[in-house]
Amino acid sequence: MLALLTRDLRLATRAGGGFGLGVAFFLILCTLVPFGVGADTSALRPIAPGILWLGALLACLLSLDRIFALDHEDGSLDLLATAPLPLEGTVAIKALAHWITTGLPLIAAAPLFGLLLHLPAEAMPWLVISLLIGTPALSMLGAFGAAITVGLRRGGLLLSLLVLPLYIPTLIFGTELIRRAVASGDPTTPLVFLAGITAGVVALIPFAAAAALRVNLR
Amino acid sequence: MIDLGKYAGTVLAAYGISVLLLVGLVWHSIAANTRARRALEKQEGRKDA
Amino acid sequence: MSIWEYANPVKFMRTSGAILPFAVAGAVVCTVGGVVWGFLTPDDFRQGSTVKIVFLHVPAAMMAINIWVMMLVASLIWLIRRHHVSALAAKAAAPIGAVMTLIALATGAIWGQPMWGTWWEWDPRLTSFLILLLFYLGYIALWASVEDVDSAADLTGVLCLVGSVFALLSRYAVLFWNQGLHQGASLSVQSGERMSAIYRYPLYLSMLGFLLLFVALVLIRTRTEIRRRRLAALQAREMRA
Repeated sequence: MLALLTRDLRLATRAGGGFGLGVAFFLILCTLVPFGVGADTSALRPIAPGILWLGALLACLLSLDRIFALDHEDGSLDLLATAPLPLEGTVAIKALAHWITTGLPLIAAAPLFGLLLHLPAEAMPWLVISLLIGTPALSMLGAFGAAITVGLRRGGLLLSLLVLPLYIPTLIFGTELIRRAVASGDPTTPLVFLAGITAGVVALIPFAAAAALRVNLR
Repeated sequence: MIDLGKYAGTVLAAYGISVLLLVGLVWHSIAANTRARRALEKQEGRKDA
Repeated sequence: MSIWEYANPVKFMRTSGAILPFAVAGAVVCTVGGVVWGFLTPDDFRQGSTVKIVFLHVPAAMMAINIWVMMLVASLIWLIRRHHVSALAAKAAAPIGAVMTLIALATGAIWGQPMWGTWWEWDPRLTSFLILLLFYLGYIALWASVEDVDSAADLTGVLCLVGSVFALLSRYAVLFWNQGLHQGASLSVQSGERMSAIYRYPLYLSMLGFLLLFVALVLIRTRTEIRRRRLAALQAREMRA
C-alpha cells in the first residue's frame, strides 16, 4: 500500500504530472473574482469564504480525471486490480494521493489567497480547519466519479456533472462553519456535520468506487 | 369562460408550460417506441426471409 | 408464481402489453379529469386564482421524488438479482422524473412570482428540487454515454445508490443552510383546516392521474428499451452469420 502511495506521489510530482496546477488555478480564480464583483472590501469580505471554498472545490475537480485515467491507458490499472491488495484499498490510496498532491497545497495556499479577498483574520484558522476536514471527502468523491467515467472517451465533462452535486453537502457545511465561527464563535454543529460526512465518505465510498472500477475493467 | 381575475397570466402560463412539457414527454415516448417497434419488425422480417 | 417472473422480457412484454391500455386510459381520464376539475375550482380568498396551480405543482413534485425512489429500488433489484427489465425500467423512468421535477420547478417559479414577489428563492424546498434535477441529469447523461448496456446499467445503478444518499444529505444540508418561504404543504397538514374538500378531491384525482401517467409512460419506455435491445441483439447475430 505504501509502495503504491509513494509511486502515485512520485508520478504526480514529476514533470508533466500536473502538480501545482491546481494551486495556480486557485490563484487565478481568486484574482478574477474581484474583477467580476468589484474590489470593494465590503463586497469581497462576505463572499470570501464561499469563493475560497468554491475555488478549492473547482481546483480539486480539475485534476480528478488523472486519478485513474493514466493508469487505465497504460494498463497498470488492470495490474492493480489483479494485485493482492483489494481494489477498495487501491481506490482509497489513490484518493489519498490525490488529496496530498491537490488538497494539501490548496489548504496551504488558502489563507494567502484569503488575504487577497480580505477574509477577516479571525476567519483564517476556521478556513484552514474547514478545508482540512472537508477536502478529503472531495478527493474521495472525486475518485468515485473518476472510477465511473474512467473508460469513457469524453468523460471529463460528465465527471463534473456527476461529482459536483455530490459536493453540495460538503460545500454547505464547510462555508457555514466559517460563517458561524465568525458570526457567533460557535461552529460546533457544522463542524460535526462536516466531519461526519467526510468520515462516512471515506469509509463507504471506496466500496462504490471499486464496484464501478470493476465494471469498467470487465 | 371562467374568470381568472388578475392572476390569469400566471395560471395560464403554469398550465401552458406543464401541458407543453407533459405532451412533449408523451410524444417522445410514443415516437421512440414506434420507431423501435418498426425497426424490430423490419429486422425480424429480414431474418425470416 | 412469483413477481420475479416479470423479469423475463418476453413475459414482461406480454403482461405490460395487456396492462398498458388500462394504464393509458386511466392516466388520460384521471390526469385530464383532475387538472380540468382543478382548473374549474373557485378562487381561494387569499391566493386568488393561483390556487389552481396546486393541481399541477403538488402531483408533479410528489412524482419527482417517488420516481427517484422507484429508480433506486429498480437499480437495487438489478444490482442484486441481475434482472435486465429492472435496469431498463430505471433507465426508462429517469427522463419522466426529470420532466416532473422541471414541471414542479416551473410551476413553482410562476406561482412564486405573484405570491412571494420573486421567481426564485433559495428556499430549502426549491433548492432541493434543483439539486434533484441535477441528479436526474447526471443519471441520464451517464446512461447516454456508456455504450455497453450492462456496464451502463451497473454504473448508473451504483450512481443511483450513492446519489440517493447524497440527495437526502443535501436535503438536510440545505435545510440547515437556509430557512425558507415555502409552506410546509404536505397533505397531512392540509387535510382539515388548511385545505377544504373542494380543493382536496381534485388534487387527489390529479395525483392519481400523474401516478397512472407515470405507470403508462414507464411501461411504454421500458418496452421501447426492450425492443431496442432485442434489435441490437438480432443485428449482432446477423453480423456474425
